[in-house]
Amino acid sequence: MVTPRTMSEKILSATSGRVAMAGDIVFCKPDWVLGTDASSPMAIAYFEAMGGTRLADPSRVAFALDHYSPPTRPETAAFHAQVRGFAGRHGATLFDVGEGISHQVLCERGMARPGMLVIGADSHTVTCGALNLFATGVGSSDLAAAMITGEVWLRVPETIRIFLVGERAPDFAAKDVALAMVAELGAEGANYAALEFHGPGVAAFPLEDRLVFSNLAVEAGAKAALFPADGKTEAYLSDRTDQGVEPVEADIGARYVRDVTIDLGELAPRIALPHSPEHVVPLVDAIGTPIHMVFIGTCTGGRVRDFHDALRVLERGGGTLASGVQLVVTPASGEVRQRLTEDGTLAAFVAMGATVTTPGCGACCGTSGVIPGDRMNVLSTANRNFKARMGNATASIYLASPAACAAAALSGCISDPRGSTRARP
Amino acid sequence: MIRSIEGRARRLGDNVNTDYIIASTRKRDTLDEAILKHYLLETIDPGFAASIGPDDLLVGGRNFGCGSAMEIAATVILAAGIRAVLATSFSRTFYRNAVNNGLIPVECPTEAIREGDRLSIALADDAITVTDVTARSTAQGPPISGIMLDILNAGGLVAYVRQSRQWLAPNAQ
Repeated sequence: MVTPRTMSEKILSATSGRVAMAGDIVFCKPDWVLGTDASSPMAIAYFEAMGGTRLADPSRVAFALDHYSPPTRPETAAFHAQVRGFAGRHGATLFDVGEGISHQVLCERGMARPGMLVIGADSHTVTCGALNLFATGVGSSDLAAAMITGEVWLRVPETIRIFLVGERAPDFAAKDVALAMVAELGAEGANYAALEFHGPGVAAFPLEDRLVFSNLAVEAGAKAALFPADGKTEAYLSDRTDQGVEPVEADIGARYVRDVTIDLGELAPRIALPHSPEHVVPLVDAIGTPIHMVFIGTCTGGRVRDFHDALRVLERGGGTLASGVQLVVTPASGEVRQRLTEDGTLAAFVAMGATVTTPGCGACCGTSGVIPGDRMNVLSTANRNFKARMGNATASIYLASPAACAAAALSGCISDPRGSTRARP
Repeated sequence: MIRSIEGRARRLGDNVNTDYIIASTRKRDTLDEAILKHYLLETIDPGFAASIGPDDLLVGGRNFGCGSAMEIAATVILAAGIRAVLATSFSRTFYRNAVNNGLIPVECPTEAIREGDRLSIALADDAITVTDVTARSTAQGPPISGIMLDILNAGGLVAYVRQSRQWLAPNAQ
């Protein structure tokens, strides 16, 4: 009889060719080895120092120019030239400037599919787990070793089960739930562990929302964050790939180290206060805090659905930005920008005075896009609000849903996106 | 194999993320650690880099190295002349990056260690023992073992892969 296994144990068994159970060290063959312009220059240096001459499998290696999109200095432009040259010489896939954030592009082009193993030199590679696969972040040296050997060593993680239960309110964002999840787990509550999502509430979230959960999981330290595959997964992938979907299901009786239940019906909008994504409070507790810059974008909140949510709130509120508020909009990918262009969303943002920047990571980590001024308060749809994260150590960054960001852009202060700017009892 | 390390404790708190170790905006402009080491931990303490002594060891609390998986956060610490980082717990990506570059991560309870304490670390096969010579206390943590010990003993992942172009421990049932 086969021992019941979690999704992670099944995927790491299949990609290592042995029975892989929590705690085991296994050598796995990744389906994708993913680098960015921020991590690949070092990976290329490691590759050369390791004596690498060729990629073990060029068809499984991709690089994205997303963190410095576009480059604003000769030094970063030189990093781009280096990565482009390497990808070209070795036959790897390249997502050039403006194509989007590495793991976002992997998902939206149908390159990330159920059952796969993805390693990326970008901690938010975990995002791809929303598509029922094992995706995890590594450093540049592990990336280089995987490029040369075609393998990566992994400790098979224990799994924490997240049960989503209760009725989801229509104006309640995935970001609100995901922030509540990070707060419940704590900044290292899932360190070395994988998350698996279960429960009737899963079906309430389309793929774009599931990506938000998997993305924020790393702020609790998670190694991977896997959703089951269902009709919504198939619908998302059927537009993007001809490959069939083979869902990976957890076995009944699989071993979990912890269960966390989140009741969607009991939650209200959330906000993370400076300077940690685990400093999460009900948004009503922060109402009235002045906001000087609003940033809608990133691998957490830069997808089509996010901009639609934000625009709905902006239009409902009259569409006039508060005096002195800078609204910065950065689509997560070129495809997102294309769709927002076609449906008029971007034009509406521009008409309101928003600054629209090149698809990619944008202002999130201060490496491209807009840097906040001294002592500014920023409300952002991103995932990290560490001090100096956006390039100015005197700025304070708050994290919330796209709707909450839009509400603040209208009022100039943190406001309830559900309509009232007054604190609810 | 390194069996012992001695040095002076440089006390840091919980959740020191990799952006605090070295800001993304700094590594955007250069990957030269000889330059970047002057900005080590600047967000927490702008004077920190200039105050580093020849045998300093970083002492964090919980979840050291959380956030971005950027490997330069480990290599900049090494470039500053720091050979080991002690913490009650580490983020998984920082721990891997440290081992891969020969920076020794020492996982042990650090609550009792104060700024400036003299530390003596013994790396044995069954445990790591940290003696706080100043406070006359000791703490123990799990040893670095298995594949990670192999990588550390090889002198880092570059040397490890360079030897054979493959992983030396094949999958065994």
